Amino acid sequence: MRYLPLDASEREAMLSRIGVLDIEALFADIPAPKRIEGLLEMPLAKSEMAVERAMTAIANRSVAAGSVPFFLGSGAYRRHIPATVDHLIQRSEFLTSYTPYQPEIAQGTLQVLFEFQTQVAALTGMEVANASMYDGSTACGEAMLMAHRLTRRNRSVVSGGLHPQYVDVCETLAHMAGDKIVRLAPDLKASEDIAAAIDNETSCVIVQSPDFFGNLRDLTPITEAAHAHGALLIAVFTDPVALGALRSPGEMNADIAVGEGQGLGNALNFGGPYVGLFATRAKNVRQMPGRLAGETVDAEGRRSFVLTLSTREQHIRREKATSNICTNSGLCALAFSIHLTLLGGVGLERLANVNHAGAVQLAERLSAIPSVEVINTHFFNEFVMRTPRPAGELIEVLAKRGVIGGLPVSRLLPGAALDDCIIVASTETNTDDDRAAYAQALADCLR
Amino acid sequence: MPEIRYSKDHEYIRVESGEGVVGISNYAQQQLGDVVFAETPPIGKAVKKGDPAAVVESVKAASDVFTPASGEVIAVNSEVEATPGLINEDALGRGWLFRIRLANASELSALMDEAAYADFLKTLA
Amino acid sequence: MNVQGRPTRPETTAAPTDPTFTGNRGLNMEEALIFESGRFDATGVDIEQPPAFESKLGPHARISAVELPGLTEPEAIRHYVRLSRNNYSIDAGLYPLGSCTMKHNPRLNEKMARMPGFADVHPLQPVSTAQGALEVIEALSNALMTMTGMDAIAMSPKAGAHGELCGMMAIKAAIEARGEGEARRVVLVPDSAHGTNPATAALIGYSVRSVPAGKDGIVSVEAVRAALAPDVAAIMLTNPNTCGLFEREIVAITDAVHEAGAYFYCDGANFNAIVGKTRPGDLGVDAMHINLHKTFSTPHGGGGPGAGPVVLSSRLAPYAPVPFIVREGGALRLVEHADGRESFGRMCAFHGQMGMFVRALTFILSHGADGLRQASEDAVLSANYIRASLDEVMSAPFGDRPCMHEALFDDRWLKDTGLTTLDFAKAMIDEGYHPMTVYFPLVVHGAMLIEPTESESKASLDLFIMTIRDLAIAAKAGEGHRFQAAPVHAPRRRLDETRAARQPVLRWTKPEPV
Repeated sequence: MRYLPLDASEREAMLSRIGVLDIEALFADIPAPKRIEGLLEMPLAKSEMAVERAMTAIANRSVAAGSVPFFLGSGAYRRHIPATVDHLIQRSEFLTSYTPYQPEIAQGTLQVLFEFQTQVAALTGMEVANASMYDGSTACGEAMLMAHRLTRRNRSVVSGGLHPQYVDVCETLAHMAGDKIVRLAPDLKASEDIAAAIDNETSCVIVQSPDFFGNLRDLTPITEAAHAHGALLIAVFTDPVALGALRSPGEMNADIAVGEGQGLGNALNFGGPYVGLFATRAKNVRQMPGRLAGETVDAEGRRSFVLTLSTREQHIRREKATSNICTNSGLCALAFSIHLTLLGGVGLERLANVNHAGAVQLAERLSAIPSVEVINTHFFNEFVMRTPRPAGELIEVLAKRGVIGGLPVSRLLPGAALDDCIIVASTETNTDDDRAAYAQALADCLR
Repeated sequence: MPEIRYSKDHEYIRVESGEGVVGISNYAQQQLGDVVFAETPPIGKAVKKGDPAAVVESVKAASDVFTPASGEVIAVNSEVEATPGLINEDALGRGWLFRIRLANASELSALMDEAAYADFLKTLA
Repeated sequence: MNVQGRPTRPETTAAPTDPTFTGNRGLNMEEALIFESGRFDATGVDIEQPPAFESKLGPHARISAVELPGLTEPEAIRHYVRLSRNNYSIDAGLYPLGSCTMKHNPRLNEKMARMPGFADVHPLQPVSTAQGALEVIEALSNALMTMTGMDAIAMSPKAGAHGELCGMMAIKAAIEARGEGEARRVVLVPDSAHGTNPATAALIGYSVRSVPAGKDGIVSVEAVRAALAPDVAAIMLTNPNTCGLFEREIVAITDAVHEAGAYFYCDGANFNAIVGKTRPGDLGVDAMHINLHKTFSTPHGGGGPGAGPVVLSSRLAPYAPVPFIVREGGALRLVEHADGRESFGRMCAFHGQMGMFVRALTFILSHGADGLRQASEDAVLSANYIRASLDEVMSAPFGDRPCMHEALFDDRWLKDTGLTTLDFAKAMIDEGYHPMTVYFPLVVHGAMLIEPTESESKASLDLFIMTIRDLAIAAKAGEGHRFQAAPVHAPRRRLDETRAARQPVLRWTKPEPV
């Protein structure tokens, strides 16, 4: 077997050094009736070529986003990732190292995390960020729990513009922890009255902008309403590139900013692995979940980095930890950081502008089709389109014509009476030809 | 000379005219290593003997400080929150954590005096 | 109070030996932060700008610039390559971190995960256009259920700790469905458990009752019986456990737990020792997470991403979270909503760590039933080889009983040397090894937990053993200088962790103008 270096004679020699007759002697603690006789009922080992052939056959049974005009977002965005990113993250020293527990021989990872934390803080307009979370949805759930700890309250208010699966994650956590959660109705036009739902029991208000339906929200008045009741504002975003064009959560006085970082450096990967971004005010840092890299010096006085404030974490605090989280999303955070380092602030703003321009053009093309209505007044790279045909069926028909046209809202919100709505996204990967092909296909399907 | 008493959990309480000053023993600070964070209880809080009332952390360990006697918290050491290293430098002096008004002075008799605590430490070695 | 501590700053400060102008030491290079080397008006990505258009951002448009530095491609490549060289990695050497399972990461897995049919598929594409992706989930699900002998699986948890949370949520849902939600709120956790276990129990509102491990390093059925009561919801037990031992009384323990009306959660962090040797389902387990990044070698990536699918017994299967897949005729369907089912809810957006699933499935197909069993045997053989080769120079807390995939030592043998486990670990760095796991499990004083995995050749194991023996003999011979100052040959000497925690600097900030 190509991955196993020991051969039969070496195994024999090792057994004799150990002083046992056969390998089974080392498994003697497993009760005999519970041991597997022979092999598991699975195929035997395969050559690299055979495995590659089998996996390629499976891969070919999906439609790759890059092979068709593709306009789906809703929490995951198809981006052009510079070749440098994937090359660098495959460096052995990044790919095959563990969490940096021995800082003397992990300064590479630690400095990357310190730079990542600074980038995330700057991007969100916050003071500190952690070394990443599993993804945007779990970062959102952890932010809710953190707000409960900070306010010593346990009732959160969730905007109807929050990604429905993020809401589900928060609801599951809240139910399991015995906390209360007020979920506002799905809010197509960002017209909900969040302030009315906030009271003196409220720990936090969770609002997404751009929201699930693509609307842009001014968080400032919501933050004021939350703060007036002693509650915290958790700002959520699902595309980091949007922050290159929009006012940051920090500028709108959010207390915690969380989001999905996949949109920089990371492929779609059918939903994971992604990278959750988590930032807050410096005064809240001791209640923040997740790993943190900090600056210090070594015995020779050289600047160095180390994991710090670990007493918040499960391996020390156990049942009193801020979270049960053990790892971050290291390699995805690295990819995010490299992509953002290549872009710089200037490049990010340009990238955001291209995204926005493409979406504006697409909205113009689609809304020019009779019977198609674009709902949003303001949007970044994603908007809702209403057509006379049921959205689920329309998207399937478009897919058969080779266009992935967006997300039928009913897929994630089946009971919301929004069965005629499609969320459409455009990124820099879409060309004018793509947009023209979409408009043509849509017009044909609605004829 | 104020009387000082120790718990088996390595907290001390120094009794001064019906009030007690609580901190961690010299042995505890040595075992814990460099203290990097201290959290004191809110003033006015009523604490019962054995309640976790404060937190002391080193880089690799977090430790609850259990109050060795019951009472109401009447003062906390804000200096030690800003400079937790005081606990290492002067655990029994400037490294104190909080002061309580004793609810039941008879609780103190169950604690060890200086000599008894020294004997107790020998049993741990 | 808890009085377990250890030194967290260097005892001595040293002047650099033979300082250089740059601070570099040959191939060992100093590298500035991007915020110091990059320019705030530079970019390394050329982006064609669109023709003028009417913005739809309204009053939400950013007013201030994004203050982030940019690096051109050559600068970026040099920055990250220089940084990478300061990291130890499995590819460069034996990485014996106990309980972390640093085995070889086959490159075929990386290649497969990057195929557009896996990497470039959106989680919300019409399911008719993502059948291959669902097929990966189905195939990996079936393989994991076969290996564990369990009835159901939840694939979405994003890491081991997330899997624990998922399994415990399923247990809580089952208990609530029985109408015992208020009555049963205690979880039994052995002292030797990973910190994630009690943290997970606390997260869902349960309190933790600790179960002592015996002097032989395992949990006895008597200890479990003594802790069981009508208020117990579950026990969380790691098997093989964190001392590297198989819980010999597990069958009696599961029986006792079930008789008491509670569930058995098995922490599957160490499943890699027993794949193909025994099936957790046959041992009576109700739920167990599987760390794909340990047992199935998806890369650790400097701290994630992981993946933590959870296998469930038939008793817990109805409560599994969404999403899950069902096969209907020739097609696979994705169930994304609970819709009146007993599912406890959702762990995360989308469907889990697909990129990790592809790698793990590739690993499983490559190994096959024969290779998987051989891998478990080689991992256990190598750990015992190390244990047997070192037990005369170091001290093992549980005598010379065979271990599973990792060998545990304590620090009794260092008693009269004035040296600590930490000193010994740091000296290993100078010898070119990543240290073993130290000070874990907490139940063993000065623990050193060595896990070689199945990926090491005998020559590699022998050199490691000779190195550790040499160090051990030096430690006992009073050669303290090899330890107390160590590491001296690494990119950094020991760090002042006290300072990092007392005055946290968690991000770069612009220097004050002078």
